[in-house]
Amino acid sequence: MSVQFSEKAMQEVQRLVGRYPEGKHKSALIPVLHLAQQEFGGWLSTETMDYVATVLNLKPIEVYEVATFYSMYNLKPVGKYLFEVCQTGPCMLNGSDDIVAYIYEKLGIKPGETTADGLFTLKTVECLGACGYAPMMQLGKNYREHLTKEKVDAVVAECRNTAPPKTDQ
Amino acid sequence: MGRKLLLDKAHVDGIRYYDVYRREGGYRSVEKALKTMSPDAVTEEVKKSGLRGRGGAGFPTGMKWSFLAKPEGVSRYLVVNADESEPGTFKDRYLMEFIPHLLIEGMITSSFALGSNRSYIYIRGEYAWIVDILEQAITEAKNNGWLGKNILGSGFDCEIYVQRGAGAYICGEETALLESLEGKRGNPRIKPPFPAVKGLWDCPTVVNNVETIAAVVPIVNEGGEEYAKIGIGKSTGTKLISACGNIKKQGVYEIDMTISVEEFIYSDEYCGGIANGKRLKACIPGGSSVPILPANLLLKTAKGEARMMTYESLADGGFATGSMMGSGGFIVLDETQCVVKHTYTLARFYRHESCGQCSPCREGTGWMEKILLNIEKGKGKMSDIDLLWDIQRKIEGNTICPLGDAAAWPVAAAIRHFRDEFEWHVQNPEDCLKRNYGLAGYADPLKVVTPA
Repeated sequence: MSVQFSEKAMQEVQRLVGRYPEGKHKSALIPVLHLAQQEFGGWLSTETMDYVATVLNLKPIEVYEVATFYSMYNLKPVGKYLFEVCQTGPCMLNGSDDIVAYIYEKLGIKPGETTADGLFTLKTVECLGACGYAPMMQLGKNYREHLTKEKVDAVVAECRNTAPPKTDQ
Repeated sequence: MGRKLLLDKAHVDGIRYYDVYRREGGYRSVEKALKTMSPDAVTEEVKKSGLRGRGGAGFPTGMKWSFLAKPEGVSRYLVVNADESEPGTFKDRYLMEFIPHLLIEGMITSSFALGSNRSYIYIRGEYAWIVDILEQAITEAKNNGWLGKNILGSGFDCEIYVQRGAGAYICGEETALLESLEGKRGNPRIKPPFPAVKGLWDCPTVVNNVETIAAVVPIVNEGGEEYAKIGIGKSTGTKLISACGNIKKQGVYEIDMTISVEEFIYSDEYCGGIANGKRLKACIPGGSSVPILPANLLLKTAKGEARMMTYESLADGGFATGSMMGSGGFIVLDETQCVVKHTYTLARFYRHESCGQCSPCREGTGWMEKILLNIEKGKGKMSDIDLLWDIQRKIEGNTICPLGDAAAWPVAAAIRHFRDEFEWHVQNPEDCLKRNYGLAGYADPLKVVTPA
């Protein structure tokens, strides 16, 4: 895949850079990496990171050190749908272990694994700030809360049927 | 029914949008401040209100504002901390999702007080949909003349921008947040200098929590003295509590700080009691970092007094028998829950979130996680409990930022109050895989020791 922002994405980069004082464009790095991940297949390859460095006039190492620090950047390819299930205290109290186990039963994937068809990746994450609506997972831009086995079934069916864009984060 | 200052209008139909918010009296604090008050007068009202930072530390907001350096010709910044990541805490999300203009209004008024012409909301990356809600509110505010140049003819200029993080609990620490906002790893800075002197891009900066800035709206509208009349002692005003775990009604509640913990848990106005007819075992009253308390010490202080939902009462007894208000993340465990397992998930959380700068935290959090998992799985030794105690003690106070303390305190409190549950796991390695320790004596009435 050739790494090159579309014209629309480039405009978004300009908008982001414009939010900071003159010379402080490095502040746009985190939002631009989100944009890059969305544009280039849901993960950040070295090629993508190097490209972001060029676009923002930064050294590649400045991009690598940020990309490797934050948990929302995927440094390896992920499936078309990324299920990020919270497992911290409050979600655990409300049965998040059962949700992770059920996803394994249903899709045959453990945390960190992707289904053979490349559709689903399961990732366990730490507290997403939905403790009162537990158990929960993040899917793309949104949260799926008060999860039950039936709701997991519905989410999987929805992904298989409607096939919305891979990530809209 | 307690007074509500922040969420009283949160469920008015359409309050997320400008027209409804304005019709309901929104943006009056901006009019009042910009047309009739000086910036220092606004700060003075905040001081009088007794408002304390709602992010967790509880530092007096007016005092924090008065520390802001004001050298000639140097920009100053207000940065709102919307990185809400403390397990158990989801109140800021609620406020921003339902009544976003309250935050924007509070930011404009506060920016005027502080002299910030460019203010930022740093929001955790996972709250992606809330970024859209906030950006829409900002656009509406700007279209209606509340942002931009020369607001209301006052000569004051202000813009607000939303900055999205990318998944890092540590960015809730204010200097890590500023590093992140500058496009770097979220490594906390060594202090001093404090942000009030050298903050964002080395300029004087105030970092405040979402709820703190929202509270500036009623403070300016009603006056600081009126605000200070609500509550008890130094716990003035209202506080958002996000209640979760094994209660009947999980959710976000605005309380005035005059009610007891017992009322908060059992009354139908708030949590509605423990779910599924179970009994209360333990509670972490202020977000995962603060000490866990067994039921008996939660409801009554060691002196035998009813424990109240105030900063002082929740902390009564220090860490020996008390806890903290913290962020207001109220996590309730029923009698079927395992304190060892719950503590393990928190230890895992802090290991995952440690930035890695300081060895006691970077290494210690990983060791605590491993030992706790061993004990939880029935593979622990008696000496592991003392080892855990030793490790947490060596992390606390020995790191650049409070994440080290935040990781140490839950482990320390769990051992302090639930040592017999840890020992039971060690002594019953097979049993502990099949069942939990249960309620034991954790709800028994306390023996009140009267000092001689």
